[in-house]
Amino acid sequence: MITVKHLYKSFNSHEVLSDINCTIHDGEVIVIIGPSGSGKSTLLRCLNLLETPTQGSIIIDGQDITDRKVNIDQVREKMGMVFQQFNLFPHKTVIKNICHAPIRVRKMKRGDAEQQGMDLLSKVGLREKKDVYPITLSGGQQQRIAIARALAMQPTAMLFDEPTSALDPEMVSEVLAVIKDLAKEGMTMVIVTHEMGFAKEVGDRIIFMDGGQIVEENTPEELFRHPQHARTQNFLSKILH
Amino acid sequence: MEFLNFSFLGSYYSFFLQGAYVTVLLAIISVIAGTILGVLLTLMRRSKIKVVRWISIAYVEFIRGTPLLAQVYLVYVGLPMLLQLNIPDFTTGAIALTIHASAYISETMRSGIEAVPYGQSEAARSLGMNSRRTMLDIILPQAFKNILPALGNQFIGNIKDSSLVSVIGIAELMYETTTVRGTTALGLEPIIVCSLIYLVLTLTLTRLLTFVERRLKSSDHR
Repeated sequence: MITVKHLYKSFNSHEVLSDINCTIHDGEVIVIIGPSGSGKSTLLRCLNLLETPTQGSIIIDGQDITDRKVNIDQVREKMGMVFQQFNLFPHKTVIKNICHAPIRVRKMKRGDAEQQGMDLLSKVGLREKKDVYPITLSGGQQQRIAIARALAMQPTAMLFDEPTSALDPEMVSEVLAVIKDLAKEGMTMVIVTHEMGFAKEVGDRIIFMDGGQIVEENTPEELFRHPQHARTQNFLSKILH
Repeated sequence: MEFLNFSFLGSYYSFFLQGAYVTVLLAIISVIAGTILGVLLTLMRRSKIKVVRWISIAYVEFIRGTPLLAQVYLVYVGLPMLLQLNIPDFTTGAIALTIHASAYISETMRSGIEAVPYGQSEAARSLGMNSRRTMLDIILPQAFKNILPALGNQFIGNIKDSSLVSVIGIAELMYETTTVRGTTALGLEPIIVCSLIYLVLTLTLTRLLTFVERRLKSSDHR
């Protein structure tokens, strides 16, 4: 379980997150939506401390990860992250992208790591690409590899930062399909996305953010059908045609 | 071209070959050791500790702001005094060239590291890799690839720069040329031979580097 309490984040004097409170239960899929600049990516990046919160706490399974004494590398091992720009390692082949951290960080045996890597490649449907370099793959393929790479650390939760925003439209569905499969398996996930149909389908709960605050959170049915807040209504009216 | 007399080559060619060998050796040693030292300086430059950062900056500024010839003498005279040790001339020359190259390589390295997108480091960290492992496994290999052409140019530069250590009596190509000039009493011809040898060395290297670069770029192309 992840509990965020009174979280603030400022860049210099610019406040990006203001008094964020939320709870993510195990096995839950949370989708964060909101206009650009609303702080949704920053919130996501705070959850594995890629951004250091200015104030407040993030408690993961009873441990406050904003405590300076916490080994953040160990926290990140359990928290997979998928980026908008994929960020695959260009100097490593697909299988090495996937196996590097398990071997080096989790001290898995190479053979075991590669076996696991091949299983993950099957899962994302790219088994035959194991020995190619990332540059030879399409955006959708790269993102599926990036998901496999994150899963190889056997995380307990996955964070997705606009995973389809950098993709050509025809490649969006293949990536969303992989994420939907993960949801079915009961993976805890926090997803920042602009894909409203996907949000509705996959999310157990939708969080709407604006101006660095959580304006509203609810089940997809309620939030999309009966948005309570004027700002939510305004955002949805612009985005759902 | 009657006035040019190259008949001395018959008896003196081995001087040039021996000199060229030492020159290449000096360049190889100084570019390898200079790269190691240069990476260290770059990492120091990025350190969180202020004093460590300053040492790196001061070192690089000093080396870049003073002539190599002065540095050669400084190392030749200063180092044995400082260490209270008798250091062989060749070693002194190699050290001077290494120190010189490392300052330039560290600056190149720094730009090479900065050219690696920040997302690479974030991806590595998000997988639980610590900052050291991220630097060694993810950032540095990509940075090296970025600076390979510059490193090649540094190597070529080192070949030419090494001529300056002839002043402390190291028998590299320039020193041997001076010897030949003295013995044969020929002013121009030995210098022409020497220059052509330098040219052959640098041109060969340029070709070799283009080839290696192309090989390393295999992951950049579809």
